[in-house]
Amino acid sequence: MAEKYIARSRAIAARMLGGEMMVMSAADSTFFTLNEVASAIWQAADGRTPLSEIVAGKICQEFDVDREHAQRGAERFVDELSQHGILLVSDQPLLDSAGSPERQ
Amino acid sequence: MTTVLPATAEETVSIEIGGMPIDLRRLDPSFRGLIENRYAGFVGTSPNSRLEFDIDLCEPSQSAAGDDLEVKNEGGEWLLKRGDFHARWNPETGRGQIRQSASPYAIDCVLRIVHTLILARQGGFLVHAASAIRGGKAFLFSGVSGAGKTTISRLAPPDATLLTDEISYVRREGNRYVAFGTPFAGELARVGANQSAPVSAVFLLEKGLENRIEPVSTTEAVQRLLRNILFFAHDPALVELLFQSACEFASLVPIHRLVFVPDQRVWDIIG
Repeated sequence: MAEKYIARSRAIAARMLGGEMMVMSAADSTFFTLNEVASAIWQAADGRTPLSEIVAGKICQEFDVDREHAQRGAERFVDELSQHGILLVSDQPLLDSAGSPERQ
Repeated sequence: MTTVLPATAEETVSIEIGGMPIDLRRLDPSFRGLIENRYAGFVGTSPNSRLEFDIDLCEPSQSAAGDDLEVKNEGGEWLLKRGDFHARWNPETGRGQIRQSASPYAIDCVLRIVHTLILARQGGFLVHAASAIRGGKAFLFSGVSGAGKTTISRLAPPDATLLTDEISYVRREGNRYVAFGTPFAGELARVGANQSAPVSAVFLLEKGLENRIEPVSTTEAVQRLLRNILFFAHDPALVELLFQSACEFASLVPIHRLVFVPDQRVWDIIG
């Protein structure tokens, strides 16, 4: 299966508030609240680290979940956010495409 | 050679909302009367504003006010267009023109948009909410159409000063937010009081079988707020500003859910 690279879109607004990450699309104003796992994937979406590496090196380590289960969840999350243009997805590294980290 | 004469004081009306006067210039006498009547209480005395629009009246077009509104930025100038008006405004110079039929709805819409654009840069916003001052504190009652903004306004006790039953005006001042009265009326068709007070709380309206105040999560507060903030331009920079404004507001102002039955006792738990 081809590797996936993910990057935060620049056309979004994001902010951590009350312990939760909120993300809104500037294109269609879709609003998302990310849980802890989704927030970790979001933070790691630098366009250079493969999704499988994010899952293995970050999600499985920090949240004590098995790799297969975590990978499936991460794929679903990435698919949903990419449909709203919030995450960019490619089978090649997305150099210089990741948006700025969210405001705290 | 055409000489453009300056507008006379008789042709100019200054509408001051949220402490921000906007001069409407080159008004013909009958339209001026209509404007002064509609914005009674918000008509300023000094026509020396930083913001001014020349009004160019035209015959009503076939298009109606219900046509899609278009707001876009072209080369630093905002273009505002709907069936009943066509306006442009330069935020750098503060000057603009409005070509419209002699309808108060057109000018009302332009004013809302211009205030929204200005407030967005200052951390404020217009929001679908009734608001009132009680005991020196402002309370906002937010909700979509049918949520109860008009009802809660109608039930306001004599010691509450109604700022609006439809569109609340919120400006950031340091680490607090201040609500101003607006002439943007809803079903009550009553212009709000031209007063202001620090925002003490926001209540997200929900009709129910009893009166009670419930906590809401910060996330829900921001999401509900964003749903009700007036927003006209699909401009990514503005979306970012309004999103951050809503987050800042929710971090500084208590936001609750107000479940209420439509009688005056609901005001016993507000204040």
